[in-house]
Amino acid sequence: MNAVARFIDSDFLYSFRRSPVAIISALVALVCVFGAILSPWIAPHDPFDLASLSLMDSFKPPAFMADGENAYLLGTDDQGRDLLSGIMYGTRISLFVGVLAIGFALAVGITVGLVAGYMGGTVDAVLMRIADVQLTFPAILIALLVDGVVRAVLPREFHEKIEIYVLVFAIGIARWPQFARTVRGSTLVERGREYVMAAQVIGLSRARIMISHILPNVLGPVLVIATLNLGLAILDEATLSFLGVGLPPTQPSLGTLIRIGNDFLFSGEWWVTIFPGIALALMVLSINLLGDWLRDALNPRLR
Amino acid sequence: MFAFITSRILQAIPVLLVVGFIAFALFAYVGDPVTIMLGQDYTAAQREELVRALGLDQPFIVQYAKFVWAAVHGNFGLSYRLARPVSQLILERLPATIELAVTAAALALLVGVPMGVYTGIRRNSPTSRLFMVFSLIGVSLPTFLIGILLILFFAVLLGWLPSFGRGDVVHLSHWTTGLLTVSGLKALILPAITLGMFQMTLIMRLVRSEMLEVLRSDYIKFARARGLSERSINFGHALKNTLVPVITIVGLQLGGLVAFSIVTETVFQWPGMGLLLVQSIGVADIPVMSAYLLLVAVLFVAINLIVDLLYYAVDPRLRLDRRSMTGGK
Repeated sequence: MNAVARFIDSDFLYSFRRSPVAIISALVALVCVFGAILSPWIAPHDPFDLASLSLMDSFKPPAFMADGENAYLLGTDDQGRDLLSGIMYGTRISLFVGVLAIGFALAVGITVGLVAGYMGGTVDAVLMRIADVQLTFPAILIALLVDGVVRAVLPREFHEKIEIYVLVFAIGIARWPQFARTVRGSTLVERGREYVMAAQVIGLSRARIMISHILPNVLGPVLVIATLNLGLAILDEATLSFLGVGLPPTQPSLGTLIRIGNDFLFSGEWWVTIFPGIALALMVLSINLLGDWLRDALNPRLR
Repeated sequence: MFAFITSRILQAIPVLLVVGFIAFALFAYVGDPVTIMLGQDYTAAQREELVRALGLDQPFIVQYAKFVWAAVHGNFGLSYRLARPVSQLILERLPATIELAVTAAALALLVGVPMGVYTGIRRNSPTSRLFMVFSLIGVSLPTFLIGILLILFFAVLLGWLPSFGRGDVVHLSHWTTGLLTVSGLKALILPAITLGMFQMTLIMRLVRSEMLEVLRSDYIKFARARGLSERSINFGHALKNTLVPVITIVGLQLGGLVAFSIVTETVFQWPGMGLLLVQSIGVADIPVMSAYLLLVAVLFVAINLIVDLLYYAVDPRLRLDRRSMTGGK
């Protein structure tokens, strides 16, 4: 049986097809991801093209309302930018930060977890103590403080340019301990297995054993946690941007759009903040539901 | 019991020392407070005077010792942004944050636990399903979005409740309270719901799943067989045994409550510590940041300690375990 046939026949796909929630969330997530990645080509307008902006177009209501125009499906913001396009570009930035931040957290967490679990002793005790202390604090608070410190260290102009990577770093560093603990737990189990002893007997280096022998066997549970954490990381970014310590209006993520729109809530232009909010909520909800389903589908005890 | 408390406190000290060191490192090495405080135009003499006044011309060890000594006495220096003592700023804003957080936590418990019990007992009723959908929304929506939606409905469209600030406050020596005036209470409603929503849905789901688990167990069947009333079974036997995990999560989530009060306070312009922190981060006001960090660390350590002690009070098995463990040695 080739790989495709095996996949079609697998329990995994079967449980996916049996779960309407998983199918709908996967569809929503796919729409978000493709809309985000392809936004420069399929978005109806380019919100960063200053030449196409006109203040005459500002605060147009969505197309379904009395004064709406079909050219601006979800209306426009205070500077006449098309909201739908803004949301697509914003989702792109939000996803970019979220995925990179989780990637960074995974890299740090897996390394620490492998080393702590395999080496044991003092190294293990020290690393896990650090993780425990950090876990006492909510991730958003750590991300906020890290972001604040970097903001204080770097000069303003330079900081604005690299803010997106500062956010990746802040959110990633706030979320590594969970990965480290999971990997350490499974590494402790794997360390005692015969294949690891065999590898030790033929004299492989410790790094080699950790990376090419233990790592593939401890990756599964971490990836499920990574999916669940992706939704949280996207929310972290949105929250920081909403608080005004994240991405600047020149590089608006969904959180920045919501913050900008929040100023106009009282003058009746509710769509400027509500539509980005709905986009964010839908994306995060679908990712969370997918993560939940993945956790249950891969957990043999629940089958 | 005494030994237990002592060992927990001893474990907390290294944590506080590490956080204290980070706070000091921030304080001492990040940013250039002198330039920030002096603004655009200044003479060299003015600059030197300020450096001396802030104690920045002294060696590392001296500065660290001074920092620890001052912090223990509740003195965190001057805010770069407002040029006022940080401790004074924080004390002014502490009551607002505490009132908000406590109200939110009380709301979450008082609504979340009954909802969880109800959905656990009548798991298939339409009301239960409604609660479950509601809880999914509460878990997935970010705090600030819940706040914005509440403002849109109750402040902008209906005009029932204020959307920002604390309303009129009453001064009781050092404490300012909004709980004694009508406008203060009205101003508290939306922020408290916003902040408590996540905890509320979390508690509801937790109580529900624990109830489902417990109601299947043998001792509940036995209680039924003895002919006890439903009420006594559900509340006297089942709910009591769901409380250990609920206390853990609620306790640990108190920290989350503090963290997310930052967001809620920004949405509602609530004049608490969280808003102070966000404003300080925006302009890199390091003394406020490091004081906040220390304060939060102390708070979290205290919360963890209290949660551990509550375990003791709720679960007699823990007490037995410990006694047999120490007795066996």
